[in-house]
Amino acid sequence: MELIPKVTHHYLRTKKKFPNVWCAGCGIGIVMGAIIRAIDKLKLSRDEVVMVSGIGCSSRMPVYVDFNTLHTTHGRPLAFATGVKLAKPSLKVIVITGDGDALAIGGNHFIHACRRNIDLTCILVNNQTYGMTGGQFSPSTPFMKIGTTAPYGNRERAFDISKLAIASGAPFVARGTAYHVVQLEKLVEQATLKKGFSLVEVISHCPTLYGRLNKEGDAVEMLKWQRGHAIPISAAGKVPPEKLRDKFLTGVLWDIEFPEYCEEYDKVIAEAQRRD
Amino acid sequence: MKADPKGVLTGEHYLDGDHACAEGALAAGCRFFAGYPITPSTEVAERVSERFPDIGGIFIQMEDEMGSMAAVIGAAWGGAKSMTVTSGPGFSLMMENIGLAAMMETPCVVINVQRGGPSTGLPTLPGQADMMQARWGSHGDYEIIALCPNSPQECFEVVIEAFNLSEKYRVPVLVMADECVGHMTEKVVIPKADEIKLYPRRYTKLSPREYLPFKPGKDLIPEMVKAGDGYKFHITGLTHDEKGYPVMTWEAQEKLVRRLVEKIRLNADEIVHVEEIDTEDAEVVILSYGISSRVAIPAIQKARKEGIKAGQLRLVIAWPFPEKKVRELAKKIKAFVVVEMNYGQMFYEVERCVQGDCKTLLVPHGGGWVHDPEDIYKAIKEAIK
Repeated sequence: MELIPKVTHHYLRTKKKFPNVWCAGCGIGIVMGAIIRAIDKLKLSRDEVVMVSGIGCSSRMPVYVDFNTLHTTHGRPLAFATGVKLAKPSLKVIVITGDGDALAIGGNHFIHACRRNIDLTCILVNNQTYGMTGGQFSPSTPFMKIGTTAPYGNRERAFDISKLAIASGAPFVARGTAYHVVQLEKLVEQATLKKGFSLVEVISHCPTLYGRLNKEGDAVEMLKWQRGHAIPISAAGKVPPEKLRDKFLTGVLWDIEFPEYCEEYDKVIAEAQRRD
Repeated sequence: MKADPKGVLTGEHYLDGDHACAEGALAAGCRFFAGYPITPSTEVAERVSERFPDIGGIFIQMEDEMGSMAAVIGAAWGGAKSMTVTSGPGFSLMMENIGLAAMMETPCVVINVQRGGPSTGLPTLPGQADMMQARWGSHGDYEIIALCPNSPQECFEVVIEAFNLSEKYRVPVLVMADECVGHMTEKVVIPKADEIKLYPRRYTKLSPREYLPFKPGKDLIPEMVKAGDGYKFHITGLTHDEKGYPVMTWEAQEKLVRRLVEKIRLNADEIVHVEEIDTEDAEVVILSYGISSRVAIPAIQKARKEGIKAGQLRLVIAWPFPEKKVRELAKKIKAFVVVEMNYGQMFYEVERCVQGDCKTLLVPHGGGWVHDPEDIYKAIKEAIK
C-alpha cells in the first residue's frame, strides 16, 4: 500500500496548490487517485495528457495534477476538449466533470460528445448534488431526496447517466464507485485505451451536504452504501429482479466499435484533397 | 511572418462578404473552425467546411454556440489558429466563453454578421445593434478589439487584421460585419501569399522551468505555450496569478484584471484604425461604420455639391474607440453626425469623447434596411444650422 501514495504524489502539484478545496471524506480525491494510477500504469507521458474540467467540486481536480490542465466554464469541458483533441489528436484528453456540470448546464454537450465519438475519456463524478454551491438538487438527485433547493423533497426523476450515454451513442460506458477503487482504476484504464468517446460514471458521495441533508451518515457510511448497492454487471443475471430494483450495475456496461471522429476527419481531408 | 500560400486564393474573385471572411481566415493561417448554423452568417461556415479540409484544416459543426466558442478556445491551446462565426442570438450565447477567452488571454476570432434584433429579430436583414454587446457583453471587466468591414474586400482584409491583433494582444477579436456586407457580392482581390503579413503566435522561448504562463512582458502581454510542448500549464477562468493558479484575493484581482484592461487601453493608439474622407476642411463629419458608412457617401456628396463641407470618419476598428481622433476633430468641426443601424450605441461613445466641443446628432435606424441617404443629408443640413 505504500506504493499508492508514492505513485500519486509523483503526479501532484503538491508544492503549488495544496491543501485542496475538497471536504474531509469527499470521494473526489479517491477518483483522482484512481485516474493517476491508471495513467501511471498506462505509462502515458505527463506532457501528452490534457485534463479539461468544467465548474464544480470535481472540476477542481485539474489544478492539482501535473498535466496540461484547463479549468473552463460550467458545463462546457467536453466542448473545450473537442477543440483541443481536434487541434492536436496525439494528445490524450481526459475530461473531469460532475453530474450538474455534465447533465444540467452541459447536457447538450454531453449527448453530442457521446454521439460525435471523438477519442475523449470522460470521468463523471456523480455525487448526486451541487456540492460547490451548497447542496442543491442536481439532475442525478434521486426522487424525494433532500437538497437545499428541494427542502420538501426532489420531485424530479434522476437521470440514469450511463443509460443516457449509451442511448446517445457513446461506444464505451462504464460505471464504478468511489468505494470499489481497484475496479475504478481498471475502468479508467480501459476507458483511456478505448479508441473513441468513453464515459466512466463514478458513483461518489458528498458527506458534507447530500449525506447530512439526507441523513445518510458520514463518509464511511456512504461508502458502505455504495458497497451494498453496486451489482457487478457480470453478476446481474444471477440476481433476482426484485433485488436489483434499488441497486445499480457496475463494470463495463457497454463496449462497441464505431468510427472515431478524428480518424474520420482525416478521411474528409483525404477526400477533399483527392477532388482537387 | 508571411502567409502560407496553401491557404491563399490569390487572384481576382467575385465573392460575397461571408465567403470573403472565410478566405481571409484561410489567408491568416486559421486552421480550426467550430460553429453553429445561423443566418446570415452560415455561408462562412459552408465555405470553410469545403475549403479547410483541402489544406488540412479542421471544420466542426458544434451542438450550439457555447460549444462552438469553447472548442475554438480549446483548439487555440492545442496550437491552432481558430475562429467561429455567428449572428445576434448566437453572439449572445458566445458571451460566456468570450469572457473566458479574455480571462485566459486566448487568441481567437469571432465573426458576427449582424442582423436585426433584439431576440430572433430579423434573421435575413441587417442590423448594427450588437456594438455595445461586443464591448460589454460578457460579465466582468475586460477590453476587447472589434472591427467593422464595409465591403467584401474589406471582410477579407479585416479578418486577417483580426487574427493579427488577436495574436499580438492575446485577446478574442470580434469582426462586427452586418448582413448587407455579408451578403453583398463584389470584386475581391486576394494578393499573393508573400504580400500578406501575419503576426505569429507569441510562443515563449523560455524553458518550462523558467516559464510563467501569465507573466507579462513590457507591453503587458504574456507569452504563450500549447499543450504537448512540455510546459504542463494550468489555465482557468478563476482569477489567477502569474503561474496560472487560482488566487482568491483582491490583490490578485487588481493585478490581473487591471492588466487585461490596460494591455488594450495603453496600446490603443497602436490598435486604432479609422478611414478619413474629406475631413481636413470638414465642418460636419459623419461617423459611421460597416454598410452605414457606404450609405452615407451619397449624402456627403450631395452636401458637398451644395457647398457644405462634409466628410466622414469611418471606424474600421470600433473597439478600442478612436477617442483621440474624435476629440481632435471635435475641436475643429461644427458637428458629428453619427449614422448607425441602431437607436444610439457608438453615438454615446462619440458624445462622451466630444464633451460638448461640437454638436452631435444621431441618425438612428432600427435595422432591416439601410438608412435613406436623404435622412443623412437632412441631418447634415440640421448640423450646420
